[in-house]
Amino acid sequence: MFKIIRKENLAENTKLFDIEAKLIAKKCLPGQFVILRLDEKGERIPLTIADFDRNRGVITIVVQEVGKTTFQLGEMKAGDSLLDFIGPLGNPSEIEKFGKIICVGGGVGIAPIYPIARALKEKGNRVISIIGARSKNLLFWEEKMRNVSDELSVTTDDGSYGRKAVVTAPLKEILDSEKIDRVVAIGPPVMMKFVAKTTLPYKVKTVASLNSVMVDGTGMCGACRCKIGEETRFACVDGPEFDAHMVDFDLLMSRQKMYLDEEKKALKRFKGA
Amino acid sequence: MEKKKTPMPEQEPKERIKNFNEVALGYDEEDAVKEAGRCLACKKPVCVKGCPVEIDIPSFISFIKERKFDEAISKIKEKNSLPAICGRVCPQETQCEELCVSGKKGEPVAIGRLERFAADWERKKGVKPPQKVAPTGKKIAVIGSGPAGLTCAADLAKLGHSVTVFESLHKTGGVLMYGIPEFRMPKAVVEAEIDYVKHLGVEIYPDMVVGKSIGVDELRKDFDAVFIGTGAGLPMFMHIPGENLNGVYSANEFLTRVNLMNAYRFPEYDTPVRVGKRVAVVGAGNVAMDSARTALRLGAEESLIVYRRSEKEMPARKEEVEHAKEEGGKFMLLTNPVKIFGDEQGFVKKMECIQMKLGEPDESGRRKPVPVKGSEFTMDVDTVIVAIGQSPNPLVPKTMKGLEVGKHGNIIADDDGRTSVKGVFAGGDIATGAATVISAMGMGKKAATTIDRYIRKE
Repeated sequence: MFKIIRKENLAENTKLFDIEAKLIAKKCLPGQFVILRLDEKGERIPLTIADFDRNRGVITIVVQEVGKTTFQLGEMKAGDSLLDFIGPLGNPSEIEKFGKIICVGGGVGIAPIYPIARALKEKGNRVISIIGARSKNLLFWEEKMRNVSDELSVTTDDGSYGRKAVVTAPLKEILDSEKIDRVVAIGPPVMMKFVAKTTLPYKVKTVASLNSVMVDGTGMCGACRCKIGEETRFACVDGPEFDAHMVDFDLLMSRQKMYLDEEKKALKRFKGA
Repeated sequence: MEKKKTPMPEQEPKERIKNFNEVALGYDEEDAVKEAGRCLACKKPVCVKGCPVEIDIPSFISFIKERKFDEAISKIKEKNSLPAICGRVCPQETQCEELCVSGKKGEPVAIGRLERFAADWERKKGVKPPQKVAPTGKKIAVIGSGPAGLTCAADLAKLGHSVTVFESLHKTGGVLMYGIPEFRMPKAVVEAEIDYVKHLGVEIYPDMVVGKSIGVDELRKDFDAVFIGTGAGLPMFMHIPGENLNGVYSANEFLTRVNLMNAYRFPEYDTPVRVGKRVAVVGAGNVAMDSARTALRLGAEESLIVYRRSEKEMPARKEEVEHAKEEGGKFMLLTNPVKIFGDEQGFVKKMECIQMKLGEPDESGRRKPVPVKGSEFTMDVDTVIVAIGQSPNPLVPKTMKGLEVGKHGNIIADDDGRTSVKGVFAGGDIATGAATVISAMGMGKKAATTIDRYIRKE
């Protein structure tokens, strides 16, 4: 059992949990993910690690309530325990001194971009961050991101906070004004797709973290397979980060809809109960 | 002497495709005693030579004949800690029963069914906790809790060593839990046998992905020896267009959802699985049969087994093929998929196949299938399950320096389970590539003997 030691409401339908997981906290690196299962009847869901504290043995996850499992988790509180918490899985982000880097976090993707931005900054890179959400009530961690970035832009689709734009608008302006060595993007697939489209003409290496459907997360099932160039790869063991210019984002989006009907049914049943 | 085996009662096909309960119901005491009576009690029992774990077959059968069921199961457990599992899934027809002398003039003694009977008899009445052995103070880490790992762990614990098993999934049992369906291997049976292994003193940690959560090198520091039994968990795909469409599953994913995650009880359980009206299973091994039969139980109207060779070359056990046929599984032999088509939403709709014919024998000794030009045809399907094999799990070999690995990603181990690294042993599918439960157990057993000798010398 893995105990929730702190819970925080970060934004609308977005919650943070600090989970006691000593072994994972000892090992994990930015960019890696965990798989959790709430109870005996639960499904296994992957979540990218949002933060970690090696001394206290704590892993931070940020969860957006979208389906049955995430809503159920949202109802849990400090002191409750998760049945299974497995990791760290996947390959860590490449953290090196690249030069000038843009970190793009969209929606709940702001959470996992944070430890990557921090590590890149600590390595001596100049980190320019862009965080965006549909609306003000979905934004979080602006201060945290500012603390690990040399520059920070904030956008909302509806203009309720920061600049009224999608993340690719400030991204393009920065790319036009200075030479960038690398872009890292985490967010909804459609955002990552357009980040990749935006950076392609500038020939800037762009990395995206894919949030595919997974079961085991250790390479056994192939549910998370994605197309990278002409090759089929598994997000769980070959990723989750890939060269965004090679990723078939349309396939990723299509595969994420595999169980849409079932997800609706499960959520309805949960909310009705 | 009765020429034929005492038949084993089974659920009727019409009934059983509506449930996930076990198909083969097992012998009752009378059946078992009757079948045991067919054993000739050969002075030089050749059947034992066919058993990878060397069970003293004539002895346990003669105990059954005398209705000494307690003694029968104790005799089996001297060599095999997982008899209820082996009695169900061992390919006895190519092992002990193939060599049985009675088989020369009629059917061999139903050794597998008798083994299962003895194990089930004991479980019903309550398993006798094993006797604890004086501890040696030696510590062994076992990676993977499938057939190889469990057998190795049990044998080492019986010798008094302290054994810790690390399992990556949340449930213990490896392929017995995620792969083999409930109707062939009830989970309660697996759980009971794992409990027995725990009673031997083996500690099992689930949710531990060795190579990620903890390094093999750390284990080597903390333990006197390490056994790797991480299996062949990596699904193979056909690499044909359309294989990433929604509704195309690896057999591993399909079966894991259903078996490990209980998707057949969705939405009571959270994990879903999709099975359409017309399901095509590609491949003809045991995993393919399991997939086809599972699809029928999930409500598929048609379950088609698409195989590029002919019936003779099918790698599945005959019994599994028969069961699939009885349940309405349809075989499309000498047929190979070439392309899968989807609808606008990215879900499978059709599959294009080509007819094959058998040519010259290939390196496997089987006649190589070659496509018949111009014989392409298209069929409507809404689920495709790819069951063409699994390759060794690279997670551990990838993260361990100095460990020699073969070209298929298998860990190179000698017949006794030694790898290229001192104090590290391996067995089961991770060493051999995908094989059977019992061959993995056989290697786990051998490795346990080697490990025991190794740590006593150290």
